[in-house]
Amino acid sequence: MIEVKNLRKHFGDNEVLRGISEHISKGEVVAVIGPSGSGKSTFLRCLNQLEETTEGEIYVDGELINSKKADINAIRQKMGMVFQHFNLFPHLTVKENITLAPLTLKKMNKDEADKKANELLERVGLADKAEVYPSSLSGGQKQRVAIARALAMNPEIMLFDEPTSALDPEMVGEVLDVIKSLAESGMTMVIVTHEMGFAREAADRVLFMDRGVILEQGTPQEVFGNPQDERTRLFLSKVL
Amino acid sequence: MEWFESFKQIFEKCFIREDRYMLFVKGFEVTIRVSVIALILGVIIGFIIALCNLSKHKALRAVGKVYTDVIRGTPSVTQLMLIYFVVFASVHWPKWIIAGIAFGINSGGYVAEIFRAGILSIDRGQTEAGRSLGLNSYQTMTKIILPQALKNIFPTLCNEFIVLIKETAIVGYVGLMDIQKAGDFIKSATYTPFAPLIATAIIYYVLIKLLTIALGRIEKAMRKSDIR
Repeated sequence: MIEVKNLRKHFGDNEVLRGISEHISKGEVVAVIGPSGSGKSTFLRCLNQLEETTEGEIYVDGELINSKKADINAIRQKMGMVFQHFNLFPHLTVKENITLAPLTLKKMNKDEADKKANELLERVGLADKAEVYPSSLSGGQKQRVAIARALAMNPEIMLFDEPTSALDPEMVGEVLDVIKSLAESGMTMVIVTHEMGFAREAADRVLFMDRGVILEQGTPQEVFGNPQDERTRLFLSKVL
Repeated sequence: MEWFESFKQIFEKCFIREDRYMLFVKGFEVTIRVSVIALILGVIIGFIIALCNLSKHKALRAVGKVYTDVIRGTPSVTQLMLIYFVVFASVHWPKWIIAGIAFGINSGGYVAEIFRAGILSIDRGQTEAGRSLGLNSYQTMTKIILPQALKNIFPTLCNEFIVLIKETAIVGYVGLMDIQKAGDFIKSATYTPFAPLIATAIIYYVLIKLLTIALGRIEKAMRKSDIR
C-alpha cells in the first residue's frame, strides 16, 4: 500500500532522513518510535508530502506521489492526518470542521456530510458536541474531533503525528482508545508516538528510528522484548 | 442674551444665507462617494498586493515590495495630484471617481500590509490541516485562512478605513468640494473662520462615530466563535 524507496530529506545542510526504505501493507498498523530529532515526524510528513522529499520515491497504491506530475490533492484525500496540536479550525463548529473537506471537495452533499459527521462524532464519543466551537473543548476532545475530521473523507490510510503528546495525562487514554478501535477496524495506520505501552499493544509492527534511519524493526514483542541494536536498548531503557 | 444674538447672527450668515448649508450636504455626498470607491478599491488592491508579497515567485514579491514602498514613501497629496493631473489627465470621468481611484491606490498599499500580517498570524498548522484533507491552496486560503485572518485584522482594517475617510479631506487639491472644502469655502466667503471649521469638524466626527459603532457591531458578531 505504501512503498518508500531510499527516502532522503535535507533541511539546508541538515540531513534529517538519510535513506529510508520501507513497505507498509494494507491493514497494517505501524508504530514509529525513537528519540526526539530522529526524523520520525519528518518521515510521516513526507508520506503525504507536507514535507517535500529531497531524494527517493514514495508510492501509494502503486502511484508515485513525490513527483511534479502527481495529483497530490487527490492522493491526500486517501490519507487522513492527525496532528500533535490538533489544528482544528477555530472559526468553524465541530460539525463544520468535519464536513468542510467533504463539502468543499464535493464528495458528499450537505445531508450526507451531516449524517457522516454525526456518525463519526458518535464513534469518537462526542455526539453532543456537534454544534459547539473547538475553543470550548478539552484537549482530548479536540483530538477526537480531529480524528473524526480526518475520517470524514473515508481515507484508506491514517497518519498520526504524536497524537497524544500535547495532551494532559488524564486525557491520553480517551484518544488512544479511539485510535485503538480504529486499528482494530482494519485501517492502515502509521503512528508516530512516545506511548510505548500503546505501541506495544496496538501496533502490528514497530519501527525504531534514530538519526534519520530506521535502525530496527519488527513485531512489538521483538523490538520491545529483545532489541538487537545498542541504541534501541539505550532508548528503551530510558522510556520504559 | 447678547452672546445668543451674536451666535444666531453668525449661524445665519454661515449656514442659512444663500443656502450655504447645502455646501455641506453636497460636500458630505462627495466625501462619501470618494471614500466608498477608495475603500472598496483599497481592499481589492491590498489583498492582491498582500498575495504578491507572500508569493513564492520572486517577480511577484518584487511587484508587491515596490508598490508598498512607493505608496508609503510619498505624500498622499502628491499621489492624488499625480494620478489626477497626469495619469488620468486625458480621461473624462467624473472627478469623484478619479479621486476615489487615487485614494484606493493609496489605501491599497497600507491594506496590503494589514492583510499580509493577518495571513501570517494564522498558524502553519491550519494550512497543513487543510492541505492534509486534500484541499488545494486556493480552497485552504478561502475556507480556512482568510476567515480567521479577516477576524484578526478587522479592528486594524477599521482603523485604516477611518484614516482613509479623513485623508479624503485633501480632495480640494483637485477641485472637488467635499466636507472640508465646503467649510473652507464658507470661511472665505463670510470671513468667519470659527463656525464653518467647527461645523466641518463636527460633521467628520459624527460620520466616523457612526461608522465606528457600526463596525463595532460587526466585530462583535464575528467574535462569536471565541466565546467559551
